[in-house]
Amino acid sequence: MEELNALFQGFAVVMTPMNFLLMVVGIVLGVLIGVLPGLGGANGVAILLPLTFSMNPTSAIIMLSCIYWGALFGGAITSVLFNIPGEPWSVATTFDGYPMAQKGHAGEALTGAFTSSFVGAFVAVVMITFLAPLVAKFALKFGPPEFFSVYLLTFCSFVGMGKGSPFKILASMTIGFGLAAVGMDTVTGQLRLTFGFTELMRGFDFLIAVIGLFGIGEILLSMEEGLAFSGKSAKIDPKVVWQTWKKLPAYWATSIRASLIGIWMGITPGGATPASFMSYGIAKKMSKNGAKFGTGELEGVVAPETAAHAAGTAALLPMLALGIPGSPTAAVLLGGLLIWGLQPGPLLFVEQKDFVWGLIASMYLGNLVGLIVVLTTVPLFASILRIPFSIIAPVIIVICAIGAYTVHNAMLDIWFMLLFGVVGYVFKKLDYPLAPLVLALVLGDKAEDSFRQAMLVSQGELSVMYSNALVGSITTLALVLLFWPLISKLIALVKPPKQDEFAAERPVD
Amino acid sequence: MESHEGERTGVATNIIDAIVAILVIIMGGTIIYGSRKLGSEWTSDGPGAGYFPFYIGLILCISGVGVLYQALTGKDKNTEVFVDRESFKRVLSVLLPAAVYVGFIQVIGIYVASAVYIALFMIILGKYSWLKSVIIALVVNAVFFMMFEVWFKVPLHKGAFDPLSFLGY
Repeated sequence: MEELNALFQGFAVVMTPMNFLLMVVGIVLGVLIGVLPGLGGANGVAILLPLTFSMNPTSAIIMLSCIYWGALFGGAITSVLFNIPGEPWSVATTFDGYPMAQKGHAGEALTGAFTSSFVGAFVAVVMITFLAPLVAKFALKFGPPEFFSVYLLTFCSFVGMGKGSPFKILASMTIGFGLAAVGMDTVTGQLRLTFGFTELMRGFDFLIAVIGLFGIGEILLSMEEGLAFSGKSAKIDPKVVWQTWKKLPAYWATSIRASLIGIWMGITPGGATPASFMSYGIAKKMSKNGAKFGTGELEGVVAPETAAHAAGTAALLPMLALGIPGSPTAAVLLGGLLIWGLQPGPLLFVEQKDFVWGLIASMYLGNLVGLIVVLTTVPLFASILRIPFSIIAPVIIVICAIGAYTVHNAMLDIWFMLLFGVVGYVFKKLDYPLAPLVLALVLGDKAEDSFRQAMLVSQGELSVMYSNALVGSITTLALVLLFWPLISKLIALVKPPKQDEFAAERPVD
Repeated sequence: MESHEGERTGVATNIIDAIVAILVIIMGGTIIYGSRKLGSEWTSDGPGAGYFPFYIGLILCISGVGVLYQALTGKDKNTEVFVDRESFKRVLSVLLPAAVYVGFIQVIGIYVASAVYIALFMIILGKYSWLKSVIIALVVNAVFFMMFEVWFKVPLHKGAFDPLSFLGY
């Protein structure tokens, strides 16, 4: 019951008119970001981060996390109406969402998507409320080897759960680590890998990388496909909402399954996309309408949306409790915490109670406000997508440039952003995943610190990673995930695997 | 990009893949070289500054070699055209002006450069009329100016010449 008390205190912190206003502004900005091509959750939050430097941390995180919820909601709008997934995890939503829109049931599909997003997020927030303090309490006992093993697990699970060439995942990850190492060494104070360029002393900021990779890269990709968008229009009136809501309880089993899949996969990094596909696949198998999936079944929208939103929310659990984000957007939020002078990790729950519980309370409220905002304003956002791309594209490039400049007030950063944009474009085309790069860039220094501390403790013996049962089992799990591509090949030799029917559609992220 | 007549000509994806893999290996090599110089070994007071980056560089090289091997010899290598001529032109038509734009930011500041960039982008690529383009460009930048300089008090780059200095911000 301690958690409930803390939670209500959190609500008291959040419920000021100013915070409430920020919440609504955040949601609207978030949906806008989610709808516009080239601006997704991660780089949207990255661009708006500098605007919050002058706010107090609690208000700032409320606004930023609401931008995140908004972006999650916004992804569904483009998937259903335009058949363009705004984020990798909304790809599965297009399977049934777009056919529904083609049949003229766009309002129903959107209501279903938004409501199940809300349900997924709600279940995940309840889980965070009760689980995060426990995890944090447990993690207080962690020493450097334990922390390094958790970092190792985070990065190895990208290899184990990712799609595509494991070498590309490894390359993307180590590029991130390599860039993170540039600049001042935190332990010895030496300049590293700057090769004499004083401008590199600051190192590569991950916010610049996020804005370039996701923002500019995405614009270049959409440019390649041409300038036209064509979409279905939608209007949502209370009658449609009410009728859809009456249908939704029938899918309770699907919702519960999808939420659980989402939470489970969301805690591990990069989990939202596989979660939505897995949930869609299982719903298709279990539902009695399974054969009709893909032709415009409401249940086929509910399953992936619930899972994706649950995963997106659950990704904040490791960020809050351990200081290890589960997704690029969570990584950007973590970067925000560092800028405001908060040290993410288990101590946050002890030292910054107001902040943590304010954030958790704002997750409840933010999602509720988000649901109401998107249900009432869908036509407005859909019309934004009809603004010609030749107006949107330069404006987004300008926004990205401003965002990159404001991080450090440095001109060079805008050039880096452009460079990262080209890298993002090429990597996307070659199926290099970008999330591991961003996460490695954010966590590089911290992972290295814990590695060096662990090595200091053991005087250079790697056996410290097996010094007790806890650290040993996490390390073993990490290694299993790292070599999973090999192991699964061996298993396939013994027992031929079942064909994954959605393997081709699932994007690399 | 060498290309012949026709719709889908250009360099095969796996060639680009191999080139990127070689760049990755070069980057890995650079990191190894840099960290060797810093001291990637055990020093008297613990691991040196180059200790961790050395291994990162090593893994980077290994994965680069892996990608290179898969790109050139893998049985399911992707020989499709990486990007055809039309698309490549479209991509460059965004990228090159963007680079010029960033160059101009340095000289005349973000606001003026952005207004010119948006207007020209709309006129040349979007085929809009002069009047409409200039109005939209000015309105968008006025909004940005209000938002950053006035409301949130985040000063942006004004450029070496600062053409907006008469506004007093």
